[in-house]
Amino acid sequence: MRHRARLALFSAGALALAVLLGWGVLGLPRFGHTHDTVGDVITAAVTGERHVSETVGAITFDYRGIDTMGEELILFVAVAAVAIVLRDEHEEPLDEGAGRTSLQTSETIRFIGLALLPCVVLLGLYIVSHGHVSPGGGFQGGVILASGALLLFLAGDFRTFHRTVSEPVGDPAEAVGMGGYLVIGLAGLAFGAAFLDNVLPFGSSGDIASGGVIPLLNLTVGLEVGAGIVLITIEYLETIVRVRQREVVP
Amino acid sequence: MSDITALQALVLVLVAAGGTAVVLERDPLHQSMVAGGFGILLAVLFLVFNAPDVALSEIVVGAVILPSLVLVALTRTGKGKT
Repeated sequence: MRHRARLALFSAGALALAVLLGWGVLGLPRFGHTHDTVGDVITAAVTGERHVSETVGAITFDYRGIDTMGEELILFVAVAAVAIVLRDEHEEPLDEGAGRTSLQTSETIRFIGLALLPCVVLLGLYIVSHGHVSPGGGFQGGVILASGALLLFLAGDFRTFHRTVSEPVGDPAEAVGMGGYLVIGLAGLAFGAAFLDNVLPFGSSGDIASGGVIPLLNLTVGLEVGAGIVLITIEYLETIVRVRQREVVP
Repeated sequence: MSDITALQALVLVLVAAGGTAVVLERDPLHQSMVAGGFGILLAVLFLVFNAPDVALSEIVVGAVILPSLVLVALTRTGKGKT
């Protein structure tokens, strides 16, 4: 009886969803067309106004830079929350050698990890620093840099990972990234313009030194995102190592 | 913009298949790997629809970070042992 009731409820819900979805899809613009014109206007204006060849970067870090600041704050708070929840049980220091004994890696993984590490870091730095010239930017480059740190964990062991990119480095890096964004925003006020106004010279389009504050904002976001993802990873990995340790030595 | 290309249609079908595969895989440990593959498919989808910025984020977030978080959660709850 309960099964039949649940089935009836599901059928009603699925039918309603299908009708609403179909209705909504019928109202969509044709493939490749849009109802709004803002995108076309910005795409046409961005190179002349900001000397930037990457429209997405100009929108996220200039035209709506304050939205990006909010997004960065969300990540910042999320990382802080993860640290608060997971760090409190880390009172006792990690057992020496715990990373090596509990998380074995093969020679192949170590070799590939170490060989890929410089490539990934270079790619991450490139993506961060060219966010106003080509697709990419602070967020994309930041997560690539963070995945480079993950490779370091795979290739080495947790203790090396923990020592090299640990909280004493990650915490300040994340805070400097977040604070740097705010400082660049306040610089607009100092120059007599609005908060996050693009007050630096725009340079010539296509150059790495172009777009005013956009590349600087990309750098701060790259620092914040990279450090934030690494911090989350460290907290989670430390949890794994502790769980495994407890299993090995009850 | 123009009509949908054959490549875009193919990738859309692949994404639909990948999403179905994630749902059909019942073992959470395997599911995290299938979800990682689905993340790669989504990144390809964004790329062929002219959104390389989103594709770059999706590669790392969908294929690296999401599966690792699931793996950690499985370790914590003790369900990752096979």
